[in-house]
Amino acid sequence: MGTDFFQYVVSGLTIGAIYAMVAIGYNIIYSVTEIINFAQGEFVMLGGLFAVFFAGPLHLPLYLAFVCAVALTGCVGLAMDRFVIGQARNTSVLSLIIITIAVSIILKGSAMLWWGKDPYSLPAFSSGGPIKIAGVSIQPQALWIIGICTLVVVGLTLFFRKSIYGKAMLACADNPNAARLAGIPVRYMVFLSFILSAAIGAAAGVIITPVSMMEYDRGALLGLKGFGAAALGGLGQFFGALVAGILLGLAESLCAGYLSSGYKDAVALVLLLLALFLKPEGLFGSSEAAKLKRF
Amino acid sequence: MGRKNWLVLLGAALFISVFPWLVTPFKAVSHYVDVMVFAGIFSLVSIGLSLLMGYAGQISLAQAAFFGIGAYTSGILTSKFGVNPWIAMPAGMVVCAAVAWLVGMPALRLKGHYLAMATLGFGVIVNIVFAEEVNWTGGPSGMVDIPGLRIAGHKINSEFAWYYLVWGTVFLALIFCFHLLQSRVGRALRAIHEEEKAAESVGVPTARYKVRVFILGAVLAAIAGSLYTHYVTCLNPSSFNLMWSMKFMLMVMVGGMQSLWGALVGTILMTFVGNEWLQVFAELEILVYGMILLVVALFLPGGIVSLPSWRPRRKKPAAVVGDA
Repeated sequence: MGTDFFQYVVSGLTIGAIYAMVAIGYNIIYSVTEIINFAQGEFVMLGGLFAVFFAGPLHLPLYLAFVCAVALTGCVGLAMDRFVIGQARNTSVLSLIIITIAVSIILKGSAMLWWGKDPYSLPAFSSGGPIKIAGVSIQPQALWIIGICTLVVVGLTLFFRKSIYGKAMLACADNPNAARLAGIPVRYMVFLSFILSAAIGAAAGVIITPVSMMEYDRGALLGLKGFGAAALGGLGQFFGALVAGILLGLAESLCAGYLSSGYKDAVALVLLLLALFLKPEGLFGSSEAAKLKRF
Repeated sequence: MGRKNWLVLLGAALFISVFPWLVTPFKAVSHYVDVMVFAGIFSLVSIGLSLLMGYAGQISLAQAAFFGIGAYTSGILTSKFGVNPWIAMPAGMVVCAAVAWLVGMPALRLKGHYLAMATLGFGVIVNIVFAEEVNWTGGPSGMVDIPGLRIAGHKINSEFAWYYLVWGTVFLALIFCFHLLQSRVGRALRAIHEEEKAAESVGVPTARYKVRVFILGAVLAAIAGSLYTHYVTCLNPSSFNLMWSMKFMLMVMVGGMQSLWGALVGTILMTFVGNEWLQVFAELEILVYGMILLVVALFLPGGIVSLPSWRPRRKKPAAVVGDA
């Protein structure tokens, strides 16, 4: 107890913020198209590795590398929607799952081809040693992660609640035909959701890379845990994703600290299964709305 | 079981039984017998998955996990407790059925994406357990010295014997599944695939049937796992990871998920692709699998067995994904 505990809490909050951002990526695409994008975790991996590429071989300053990596991953998201999802003959849930899984395998394979199997790191966003508060040391990067995550959640909630674009995007999920009749360009909104979701995943990937490195096969697990956060928080709920992400992060970090570090990856997954089995509509979702969904 | 299926089955059985005699005389392809043993073992896994995907319209990414549970149950019981392999095999089947029931009961109430994610999560957890329980499974470095199989005191050690044992099992499983599909259960499954709500409204207990098929798939995977254990006599968690669950899905998709023959064709083809023809690509393997899966899912959703009735794509207005 004491300092150890708070140290675990700090690292739990950091990793939890990352899960929350991955979960938000799922939520955006889900909110607009009702698709769960199984390639979401690969966007995180791509974001991290693109940033390594821009900051390393291309010697861009870190903030530019961040922006470029996010933008480039956004383009990957756009390409995925334009050239893959949009081409699907059969848009049943089953075939869309298989298609997004195929995309995730392809992204992972391409990353392995380009970067190999080694993990890569980035320098931290701000220099300087850890901040000590009552014996608990906090890496400045952890503050960056939590800050950026909070910004993303607040920004997106405002975007979807207040702006006309955000409302139009949500309308597409409720009823695409009605949305089209109301003059909303549905295709364009679907585009936008894929770009936005890929960009946010990439941002999560860039900010976590200085802390825990990044390699080609990290995507699947990050994606799965992020989905855990999305499901636990209630799909489509941005604030729920934040709370659930942090819960998962804390559970994982405390388990690694006190129980067994080997099983730390299993904790988030067990919570995911429990959430799906016991409360599929999530902690913050409404069970009535869940019944109306396609799945 | 229809007349046509019987004829195909007879033809397939004939081909499979002469296959080793056709390839062994030629040095370059004589090891195909060994590849076909693996193809047979994997077929047992993919037949179960095909029932679930093609007939019940559900997706499971835990098939490699059940394959692994069957394999490790056999491996641990025979090598650590000296249990007879022929008793360890049904033990593995029982364990898999119990686990599948526990996971399937709640999971199959979920639909579409949720079920896929639940089985995906379950599969990863099982793989973590295989890697972490070093005392039982040997952990990531693997488990060795697993005894082989014996029938009536004779050790099965030739590839030919293994070949006929494995493929005999595959055909038994096929006949069983065809019978099942012709029965009340099969009709119920097809109804679930077509329109779940309609099936429910005419009194088909959809959840119960889906759970049963899920369990059947797990039990078939357990048999496969047990055979695999005694054939290769060593186990490693990486043979049962997420990538393998995806490969089983790929096998079913490539062959065509609407028919059990599709699963068989797809599995044989993909086993040869993986064990033989892709060796030159080594590192590219994952990428090639992804491409194949994508192309099949986009352009040939019925898989290879649908090729004879394939029509070029007709023009239709651009699909909006939210519509369907």
